Amino acid sequence: MSFELDGKTYETDDDGYLVNLDEWNEGVAGYMAEQEGIDMTEAHWEVVNFLRDYYQEYNIAPAIKILIKEMKKMFGPEKGNSAYLYDLYPAGPALQACKIAGLPKPTGCV
Amino acid sequence: MAETADTAAEQEEVLTDQDIVTGAKEPSLKPADVKAPELTGDIQIPHLVKGAMAKSKCHAAKPETMEAMGFPGRLVDNWEEAAVKKLGELLTKYKSLQVYLDICVRCGSCTDKCQFFLGSKDPKNMPVARADLLRKVYKKYFTTEGKIFGSLAGAAKLDLELLGEWYTYFHQCSQCRRCSVFCPYGIDTAEISMAAREIMDSIGIGQKYVNTVLVKLHEIGNNLGMNPKALKATMESTEEDIQEEDGVAVKLPVDQVGAEVLLITPSADFFATPHIESLIGYAKVFHQAGISWTLSSTASEAGNFGMFIGSYEHMQKAAMRIRKAIEELKPKRLIVGECGHAWRIAYAFWNTMIGPLDNSLGLKLEYPRPQHICEYTLDLVERGAIKLDKSANDDVIPTFHDSCNVARATRMGDRPGGQFEIPRALINAACNRYVEMDSDTIKEKTFCCGGGGGLLSDEILDVRVQGAMPRMQAYHAIKEENGANFFALICAICKAQFTKVFPKYGIPMIEVGGIHQLVAKAIELGAKE
Repeated sequence: MSFELDGKTYETDDDGYLVNLDEWNEGVAGYMAEQEGIDMTEAHWEVVNFLRDYYQEYNIAPAIKILIKEMKKMFGPEKGNSAYLYDLYPAGPALQACKIAGLPKPTGCV
Repeated sequence: MAETADTAAEQEEVLTDQDIVTGAKEPSLKPADVKAPELTGDIQIPHLVKGAMAKSKCHAAKPETMEAMGFPGRLVDNWEEAAVKKLGELLTKYKSLQVYLDICVRCGSCTDKCQFFLGSKDPKNMPVARADLLRKVYKKYFTTEGKIFGSLAGAAKLDLELLGEWYTYFHQCSQCRRCSVFCPYGIDTAEISMAAREIMDSIGIGQKYVNTVLVKLHEIGNNLGMNPKALKATMESTEEDIQEEDGVAVKLPVDQVGAEVLLITPSADFFATPHIESLIGYAKVFHQAGISWTLSSTASEAGNFGMFIGSYEHMQKAAMRIRKAIEELKPKRLIVGECGHAWRIAYAFWNTMIGPLDNSLGLKLEYPRPQHICEYTLDLVERGAIKLDKSANDDVIPTFHDSCNVARATRMGDRPGGQFEIPRALINAACNRYVEMDSDTIKEKTFCCGGGGGLLSDEILDVRVQGAMPRMQAYHAIKEENGANFFALICAICKAQFTKVFPKYGIPMIEVGGIHQLVAKAIELGAKE
């Protein structure tokens, strides 16, 4: 599968996740968010940026608990929780946030 | 999204045999579009809808994945001949398979026992019909009556259409073996489904989810692909969380040589929610019992999807990581975390597959080798070595979902039925209240979660939501009658599956959790008397 954006073709896997991480840019994220029906706010971007930073260091997405802990730091205790994460990304961090961040789909029993 | 093939005509032109079998060019299912049936509390036998699930197919593994697994990259040219040859090999290797293919008398006992049939209404999801997809090929090529009388004897040539049905319906079986409980001959349809998948892999058509996970397990040591650096960072972060919440320095050690216990747990426990809450539970139990323990960064997975594709070789290769970790870390005891099929493999296979698990490996003979974490924790509670404050769980009314592999393929403790009694006893030790679901849906008659056996993949979320239906009805019934609000589990797949399907049925995912999540809340940490 693939999609085209601004004259460039981006290869995706069967579920629409970007195959080549290095091709990611904000335009790609915006396009994927649109496909998911998500209107990217600053909070959405902060989650995406954290996922990318974490992935660059550890070569895997963070555990959900780690993401939520980080959200606590970013948004304060009231929004540092799973409910707010699902407000931002209703289909869940793995299905939507990772996808928009250009990360591969988490595998295993998750 | 601009697809590579835009029109039906173009699609037709490029369809290969492989595409036809795997449905590769069919539009993908959108998880958001999957709707669950209404909950009434009753499990009704449905009116049949022929072909209802014919189009629900798993993504096929990419050629590079298949090759990394030692399988042909794509459907081989002489696939019919190769498949029949492979079936012949399996019949020689596993006499049980031949018995199961020979012995069915079509009594019909199994027909309404499969959650995928009950949920999907598709008659090919009746266990007997599913098994017949392979049985008729067996008859055609391996029995005299089938060779002579063909379809009159229920025999059929393995053609492209039938192979496509194999790919569809053997990936709508979670190998949970509920049908086997009701079969008067004890035909194990899971073994038939495993054989079919093994044959398909051998001719170059494998399922993406399971094969991709196995490649990661072989390369990195767990299904997630979590490397040792990430594992250690995650465990450190979890230690901080416990410290912050409970004010106690509970450790989650990795690669500690000479620790008393080596814990082998599903890697989802390091990553997913609610899984990680049970990991915290195990850590608190070890901490409070004063037992040194460790995880292994190279054997960081209890799960072993080799079983799902019927591959003894891949099962053994994956399990050998655990033997190597035992040799390196020199534990005295081997304990397995909350994971259903992993417990089956640990309980029934490890000793012969990677063992013997005895003092030759430095393991102490006085303990079960391996031991289930529930048995271990319950024993500590019963001996008074740890204390649980039940009132900490007064906000929940739990019930227990027996995981298929634990319930029907294993035991815990030293008494028959221990696999049913021990988890329940542990919940009751951690909570003041407990309610049981309908007796036709628990213990050996438990329904599968709908995501086991390698089906935990989003492109078949329709199959998963339908497969969960009987269990959801039973849970709904005791929610209505008894106010149940916590769905206690001991399986990583069950946890992931139910957190995904509960919201589809209008039930909050927060009600899904592990038994050791309850233990984590109730355990009294700190100085002991």
